[in-house]
Amino acid sequence: MSAAKGRRTIKVDALARVEGEGALLVKLKDGAVTDVKLRIYEPPRFFEGFLRGRRFSEAPDITARICGICPVAYQMSSVHAMEDALGITVGGSLRALRRLLYCGEWIESHVLHVAMLHAPDFLGYESAIHMAKDHPEAVARALEMKKVGNELVALLGGREIHPVNVRVGGFYRVPTRSELSPVAEHLKSARDAALEMTRWVAAFSFPDFEQDYEFVALRHPDEYPFCEGRLVSNRGLDIAAAEFEDHIQEEHVGHSNALHAVLRERGSYLVGPLARYNLNADRLSPLARDAAQEAGLGASCRNPFKSIIVRGVETVQACDEALRIIESYEPPDRPAVEVRPRAGRGHGWSEAPRGTLYHRYTLDAEGTILDARIVPPTSQNQKTIENDLWRFVPQVADLPDAELTLRCEQAIRNYDPCISCATHFLDLTVERE
Amino acid sequence: MVPLVIGVGRPHCGDDSAGLEVARRLRTRAAETVAVVLADGEASSLMQAWAGQERVVIIDASASGSRPGTVRRFDAVREPLPSRRRATSTHGFGVVEAIEMARAMDLLPTSLIVYGIEGRSFDPGSDLSPEVVAVVDEVVARALEECEVENPGVRTA
Repeated sequence: MSAAKGRRTIKVDALARVEGEGALLVKLKDGAVTDVKLRIYEPPRFFEGFLRGRRFSEAPDITARICGICPVAYQMSSVHAMEDALGITVGGSLRALRRLLYCGEWIESHVLHVAMLHAPDFLGYESAIHMAKDHPEAVARALEMKKVGNELVALLGGREIHPVNVRVGGFYRVPTRSELSPVAEHLKSARDAALEMTRWVAAFSFPDFEQDYEFVALRHPDEYPFCEGRLVSNRGLDIAAAEFEDHIQEEHVGHSNALHAVLRERGSYLVGPLARYNLNADRLSPLARDAAQEAGLGASCRNPFKSIIVRGVETVQACDEALRIIESYEPPDRPAVEVRPRAGRGHGWSEAPRGTLYHRYTLDAEGTILDARIVPPTSQNQKTIENDLWRFVPQVADLPDAELTLRCEQAIRNYDPCISCATHFLDLTVERE
Repeated sequence: MVPLVIGVGRPHCGDDSAGLEVARRLRTRAAETVAVVLADGEASSLMQAWAGQERVVIIDASASGSRPGTVRRFDAVREPLPSRRRATSTHGFGVVEAIEMARAMDLLPTSLIVYGIEGRSFDPGSDLSPEVVAVVDEVVARALEECEVENPGVRTA
């Protein structure tokens, strides 16, 4: 059939190469888009509900279970929110170790998404397995990097998946210098591999698709953001964690089990690597900044398809930062600071690999959780993903259905969506009229 | 080179720990003659575990819909494992994908035998079901046969 004329429906009932279960429906009439729905049908998870009545100390381990890819993000946002509620600050080596653990998760998550999930889109393969035959060196490099990420998370978190060593106030056990030094050697190789991976993806071909986004990310005075800073945007947002819900509203939409988050003042916005890069490129390490420049990113990048390059740059950053932390590591006197329960409300956030993750808890005097609020990155990006598709599909509407479907999926994967986290992800339908 | 047995599974998730239980028993009975690894099934860790190995046996739980306690043997070097999964996701990047990725990259061990033990329940917090408990020793014995190692458990019996 002619692809451009008449009604067409592109429907993907189960999106692949994303975390969780979702679907996409795109309707076209005579080449014009008439409807786009990113439908997250993974059932609601009710985590906020069953945190109520649990001890404050349980939040890092319970919320880590929300995601198998970014449990550290949940642990970090939850401990920071709890520590805010309890009036304690974790600094020095303990703070550095938290950043080190987060570096491990960024490496694991970014490498998995760049090399295994997103690169096949650019190179025209059905999956990483199909790609591996023709690009074994790229896959082997990715597996080596992921191994180092796993090693960091296992050493600091107690195990590779769903780490168990994080607590409010610090850790249960901290590593010795001699435990960290072999990881440093592996990180040096991983950093070289991350530079290679960044060059590899920078040479892919990218659709011409520059968009005018409101980028939202944490910003810290000296650091590329992980756990601390103010939430800022390129349109004037500049808030503390306690102000998050004053500015960001979650809305229920009928076609998704994930709430859509919008800025009360201006609507949709974008979180994640592209936002972090646009707002924090000056906070990258010199090596990561050079990698970005060599990859042609420039001072700002508004093409979501190029988020794969930014993930490469951020992998370099994470390896570099991890090495810096290990080199200057002095074990703390105690694995955690003392924590005493008290009544209060706390807000915390951190930069998960796929974007800002916000937690808020209210505690009673005994430290029992009275209520919890969790706003994951994918729910914040949903509207922007749909907006991208409204604008992107007309560019590729002449393609036959199968290819159009693949392009739509690629556009969604720009966001590395974590649907399991957001349900509170993906199948695809395109209807042409 | 000592043969390697990899028990794959998750603890405290009912029959999902079947592979781990077989691996633990092998570790107790044949620690001298067989290398044993317990794994959660994450693909890159699996590929790392069997890198450079000659003879590898994987024990994992299966959920194919057949009778609980059914034991199936697959020669993964000869052909891919049967799988209903249609594409890779971050959720599903496990044993099947690790084997196919390694095949594509020419990183499979010389011999790779996979035993699947059909589970009844994979509910968090539950123990192995009686049907699975009943076949654990049989799979231990068959894994040792694959490794061409005399089964000390059988010898003393």
